[in-house]
Amino acid sequence: MIEHLPALMVAVPLFGAFIAPLFKKHYKGVSMWAALITGSTVILSLLLAKQVVTNGIMVYVFGADKPSIVLPSGYAVPIRIMFEVDAMGAFMAISATLMSFIGAIYSYTHVEKEAGLEKYYALLMLLETGILGMVLTGDLFNLFVFLEIAGIAGSALVGFRNYRGEASEAGIKYLIVSAVASLMVLFAVAILYGQYGNLNLAYIAKNVSFNMVDMIALGLLFTSFAMKCGAVPMHYWVPDAYTEVPAGINPPLLVATYASLYALFRVSFTLFANIVIDLARVGWIMSILGVLTMFIGVTMALVQKDVKRLMSYHAISQTGYMLLGVGVGLTVLHDPSKLAEFGRDAMAGGVFHIINHIIYKSLLLMTAGALFYVTGTRNLNEMGGLARKMPITTISFMVGAAAISGLPPFNGFASKILIYETSYRLNPLLTVFAMVTSVLTLASFVKVFASAFLGPPLEKFQDKREVPKPMVIAMLILAVLCILFGLFPNLVLDKLVYPAVDALINFAQYHSWGGLA
Amino acid sequence: MNGNIFVNFPFIVVAILLALGFYTIGFKRNLIKVVIGIEILEGAVNMFIVAVGYIKGGYVPIYTQAPQEAVGRMVLPTPQALTLTSIVIGVAVTALMLAFAVNIYKHYGTLDITRVRRLRG
Repeated sequence: MIEHLPALMVAVPLFGAFIAPLFKKHYKGVSMWAALITGSTVILSLLLAKQVVTNGIMVYVFGADKPSIVLPSGYAVPIRIMFEVDAMGAFMAISATLMSFIGAIYSYTHVEKEAGLEKYYALLMLLETGILGMVLTGDLFNLFVFLEIAGIAGSALVGFRNYRGEASEAGIKYLIVSAVASLMVLFAVAILYGQYGNLNLAYIAKNVSFNMVDMIALGLLFTSFAMKCGAVPMHYWVPDAYTEVPAGINPPLLVATYASLYALFRVSFTLFANIVIDLARVGWIMSILGVLTMFIGVTMALVQKDVKRLMSYHAISQTGYMLLGVGVGLTVLHDPSKLAEFGRDAMAGGVFHIINHIIYKSLLLMTAGALFYVTGTRNLNEMGGLARKMPITTISFMVGAAAISGLPPFNGFASKILIYETSYRLNPLLTVFAMVTSVLTLASFVKVFASAFLGPPLEKFQDKREVPKPMVIAMLILAVLCILFGLFPNLVLDKLVYPAVDALINFAQYHSWGGLA
Repeated sequence: MNGNIFVNFPFIVVAILLALGFYTIGFKRNLIKVVIGIEILEGAVNMFIVAVGYIKGGYVPIYTQAPQEAVGRMVLPTPQALTLTSIVIGVAVTALMLAFAVNIYKHYGTLDITRVRRLRG
């Protein structure tokens, strides 16, 4: 059972997705089914992480026992599809399954009035399959296939409220970006295949020689994944998609975005790690992209009136922190003394920020969804005085806002302080931008808080009450996680984040798939 | 191989198709034409994969009963399998995009992307 975990991670949600349409007309049943399936993947991913952290990299070969007998004749070139799970992949898998589970719980009441829920839950589980496949695979073409699965399921969910024209508009925007990006990924995969005659990540990484054609492949992969994770020049699809999608899908969609970020890290750390000289340049590009992303994202957020759109722009700006943290680490990857001094901590900050951000941004987007559920509007100017009516939503919002602004006892602080301290060692200017961004973030959330929750109670919201229990439970779980991760950051850092970072740094370990070399 | 222009011919076609696809996506205002542009891109990428896997005078990859002269000249089956997969995925993407386009036409009464702009700011 344990050795089949990587395959089960993909098989279980896929099975759930195919069963879900059978529950037509049984909306309660399909919600329960989705919660059951996503809940069991949470357990599987925790088991997987435990296994990977204690026993090292797990290699699962489809259709064979071990990677060492990849051909019937015993010729040791990997031709089969392989899942290669290291601590980084397990870390992303935990985030993905946890967020899908919370999304499924939240959706139980949030979308109950919509039609076609069996398709909604099928797509939710398909999205989870896509994300899990992306983060666990050890095969370039497989990565492309799961990227497309996540892209198709994600954009279908963005356009789920098809009685609104805006949903279709956002959906086609997301789909076009994702289709072009993944076609360019496929092009780069074909280039690498043409050179090295193989699709296995580790095999290519060992043989990569970095000639002109490889450089084109790296450029294509880097830009396409940056496009899909919403880094700045290609960020325009993010606010539309996050705004229009039902709030229950926001958490998995966020993780889908960060699965592309994971692929970006995987490409730069594992696939092209053997390039000693030019990797620092790639790291600098990543850090500068990160700074630009965080600054432009936050300045765009300040002027928004739509509460969900404002938070979506913050999602862009927070992606910048992750790019900055890991970019700083990538810059000094081939300099052991600097890497030990601050590079490793910078990467820990970036990676830790992924899970922190997923938690508090999901929480914030869910409170926005709750506001929409109660008031029927997302315009901040039409809200007011909701704090008395919706106490739990208000508290969740305050926790989320404090966490995203990096106030001390919450989880945002724990990862941001790591990024500040370490990016300062590379270049103080990077830190200045990061801190200014944090201040601006706080400013825009004060604005949301003042206009939505404070102020005199409005006449039209007289008979409004708190949102139903499943939504409250989902929000409370996330709020508690926010505080727990903030109070005991070392627990998460030691158990999950540092193993993940070390997995990225020790790329040689990944290259020798399962000790075969 | 032997410097013959026809060896590189598929790659030249791929380059032209890529340029054409990006031009269509970037400069056409009709949504259907944008979808067609993505299809052209996909055709270019698929053709590139097939061209990469081609061997001059190649044999069908049958490993058990292959004739003696086929050794070392078998075309690898992987690129063709990849192309088939990517065609199937492409069909799904296109279908979904066209469905969105129909829905947009229903709500906005136009397919001009410069006028389908309710989401802004």
